[in-house]
Amino acid sequence: MTKSAIKRLFSGPFLAFILCGTLVPLVVIAFYGFTDRSGAFTLDNIMAIAGGHHAQALGLSLALALISTLICLLLAFPLGLILKDSKIGKKGFMVFVFILPMWMNFLLRTMAWQVLLEKNGIINIALKSLGLPLLDIINTPAAVVLGMVYDYLPFMVLPIYNALIKIDHSLIEAAYDLGAGKGLVLRKVLIPLSVPGIVSGITMVFVPSLTTFAISTMLGGGKVNLIGNIIEQEFTVSSNWNLGAGLSLVMMIFIVISMALIEKFDREGEGSMI
Amino acid sequence: MALIELIDISKSFDGELVLDEFNLKIKENEFITLLGPSGCGKTTTLRILGGFATPDTGRVLFQGEDITYLAPNKRQVNTVFQKYALFPHMNIAENIAFGLKISGKSKEYINDKIKYALKLVNLSGYEKRSVNSLSGGQQQRIAIARAIVNEPRVLLLDEPLGALDLKLRQEMQYELIRLKNELGITFLYVTHDQEEALTMSDKVVVMNQGYIQQMGTPEEIYNEPENAFVADFIGDSNIVDGIMLEDRVVKICGHVFPCIDEGFGRNKPVDVVIRPEDIIIGKPGRGIMDGVVTSNVFIGVHYEMCIQAGGFEWLAQNTTSYPVGTKVSIGVIPENIQIMHKPQSEDEEAISLDD
Amino acid sequence: MTKKSRRTASAFGKGLYLTLILLFLYLPIFTLMVLSFNDGKTMSRWTGFSLRWYEEMFASRTIMEALGNTLTIAFWAATAATVVGLLACIGMSAMKDRSRLVLMGINNIPLLNADIVTGISIMMTFIVCGISLNYGTVLFSHITFCIPYVILSVMPKFKQLESHTYEAALDLGASPVYAFFKVVMPDIMPGVVSGFLLSFTMSVDDFVITHFTRGAGINTLSTLIYSQVKVGIRPTLYALSTVIFVLVLVVLVIVNILSNRKEEN
Repeated sequence: MTKSAIKRLFSGPFLAFILCGTLVPLVVIAFYGFTDRSGAFTLDNIMAIAGGHHAQALGLSLALALISTLICLLLAFPLGLILKDSKIGKKGFMVFVFILPMWMNFLLRTMAWQVLLEKNGIINIALKSLGLPLLDIINTPAAVVLGMVYDYLPFMVLPIYNALIKIDHSLIEAAYDLGAGKGLVLRKVLIPLSVPGIVSGITMVFVPSLTTFAISTMLGGGKVNLIGNIIEQEFTVSSNWNLGAGLSLVMMIFIVISMALIEKFDREGEGSMI
Repeated sequence: MALIELIDISKSFDGELVLDEFNLKIKENEFITLLGPSGCGKTTTLRILGGFATPDTGRVLFQGEDITYLAPNKRQVNTVFQKYALFPHMNIAENIAFGLKISGKSKEYINDKIKYALKLVNLSGYEKRSVNSLSGGQQQRIAIARAIVNEPRVLLLDEPLGALDLKLRQEMQYELIRLKNELGITFLYVTHDQEEALTMSDKVVVMNQGYIQQMGTPEEIYNEPENAFVADFIGDSNIVDGIMLEDRVVKICGHVFPCIDEGFGRNKPVDVVIRPEDIIIGKPGRGIMDGVVTSNVFIGVHYEMCIQAGGFEWLAQNTTSYPVGTKVSIGVIPENIQIMHKPQSEDEEAISLDD
Repeated sequence: MTKKSRRTASAFGKGLYLTLILLFLYLPIFTLMVLSFNDGKTMSRWTGFSLRWYEEMFASRTIMEALGNTLTIAFWAATAATVVGLLACIGMSAMKDRSRLVLMGINNIPLLNADIVTGISIMMTFIVCGISLNYGTVLFSHITFCIPYVILSVMPKFKQLESHTYEAALDLGASPVYAFFKVVMPDIMPGVVSGFLLSFTMSVDDFVITHFTRGAGINTLSTLIYSQVKVGIRPTLYALSTVIFVLVLVVLVIVNILSNRKEEN
């Protein structure tokens, strides 16, 4: 056996994990999704997505995920710009401060908003003592969006900041030198060059927002049913695996489609730079 | 007996033949250079000697013993790598001590060797420095020191000066010659730089497309190139078609030149090599052919001019400048005309066309 | 407006923006921290400073067990993933480009796939194979989703590796194994360490995959928090939040200081 053949054997355990932990499970979920309880082939589980409350849940999930991704992007990009320009010595500390919450368990962070938003929560206590009208958003989609933005914002900040910090400062100076104003530099240099960061930020916020069930359970109080909640319940409460697997497959398709869209947008974005 | 013998070595990568039945003998205490353009197989030859590649066919003998499949760590050769390959996480002394520690040398021996090697490469006192604090030239010296402390029988050097700037490169060339003389071991040097090859070597092996094109002393290679590839690759030269009318008479561009070559037969087509510095420029009518200067560039010691004469553009070098448009004559003394056989096989033809 | 005053205005605007986002990020966490010291059970009234929730938390067997599970699973998952991932990188570096690209593509699946799908599919596979869900199934799932992080941190180091340093070590007489540990390992160590740390944090943070692959009676902190929050918020969780936040802060500050010091050297 040649030396490199022996070396290739080292990836054996990895291949075993890929097989048992990734590929076989995907086959299993696909099998359940396309069969009924007796094991016969059916498309019912996939088509079930069209059924009233399933379609509604998927629509709501897509809408909330889109909104929270957009809000994260709008908050994170200016933040990234400010951090990029902050003083060298302070930079590391500043970035650290803004992504620190990421390291704390997201369920605890979500719980914090529960405490704040509840009818008799901290915010309403404060509002009441000031004689202001009460804030009543707990158990509404608005609270869920707030939770998503809060939980996933650091995932948007980090890649955007990393992309911005890599931009060679002389490019920005060159743009100013060639007569560009601040707005033009932003549109023609900073944004196009940070597209890779923006794209990975969008994926890192959009996918978990689309598929979450914990945030909607905690801040939606059972009144905001996302596709994640429905799938989770099929496995934990009603234990209809076939339906759950079918809906999961549909959700995967939506993830793939949205990633393809982002990718396409990404490529067009890069193309328009020329 | 030769120290190293490469016998009928062939090697291909991804179906591309890099070495084709390559044969080479290397004597003890020789500075031998493999010279050729990139992709000519010179680095592969070196890697086969170092043990980093095994030939598809053929054998490598070391003092008559077959080492074709011997692992690199078991060979009595050491390599100085192209980009130094110093271990970045070790200081200079640790780098140099690496091989000695493996062979289980005593602490005192190792320390003495480090001192000796650093002195040899003119970097005494650098033991505790980190690799990254050194300049390219210094790193190269450490790479050499690290190799020679192991007292290899042969030192393999893979374009070691390639990453250095011109001035440093020239300095290091003299350093290497001195080192080789002090150490008294065989140096096998690989480069694509003909100047390096000519300056340092006892023997130059010009390679192209996996074949040896010519082997000889630097003088032989420069003055008597055996074919158009060598002539073209070594220095600038004018390579023109000629016809050998008879012994010592060659016809070039319709003009008859006396030369000193014999034995080519009568009216035989040949390749003629004339070095630019050998072209004598004179007043019109005074030389063998007349022509016009079409370009003139000052390149330091002399002027480099193109002269259109007899339907060929001649490259000429001279310390006197002849402005563009000047009518001149050109001539060559017989000793400076080098006659070569026309390539016979298609292989050889392809080689001369490539460049 | 003069140029100078415009500049101060813009600096003020930036400062305000940063402050608002910081408040948004930290006020909820600080609220929990303050409440954790409140003696009363309700949050609407401050009934005095007390450490009773901390006492209760440390006395709680379920919380301590969950903490233990979280840490041991994270440690073993990160260790196993680091070993498997490192071996995989060695193997893949000897592969042809095409097979390596295919493997790297498959490696990305767990990263891109939604956690809920990963969790459900692994759970179904276990049950189909007749393996009952327990501590081991959680550990296996964690190793599976940690390996990609290790490979993504280590593989670039292999690519950057000066391929000649390994050969130089062999050239100087080192055996392949000695050369790997003496020369290659130090170069890829930063990637290995960050792969391990990333795996550890991902494992500690994971809720969704654990939620599906855990057996009855086995909790990590995440699943415990989820089940307790569902039945109503307990002040012990505020205390837990505070402890976790402070721990994370201390660990990260130490890591940052250490890595800064290393860079200076």
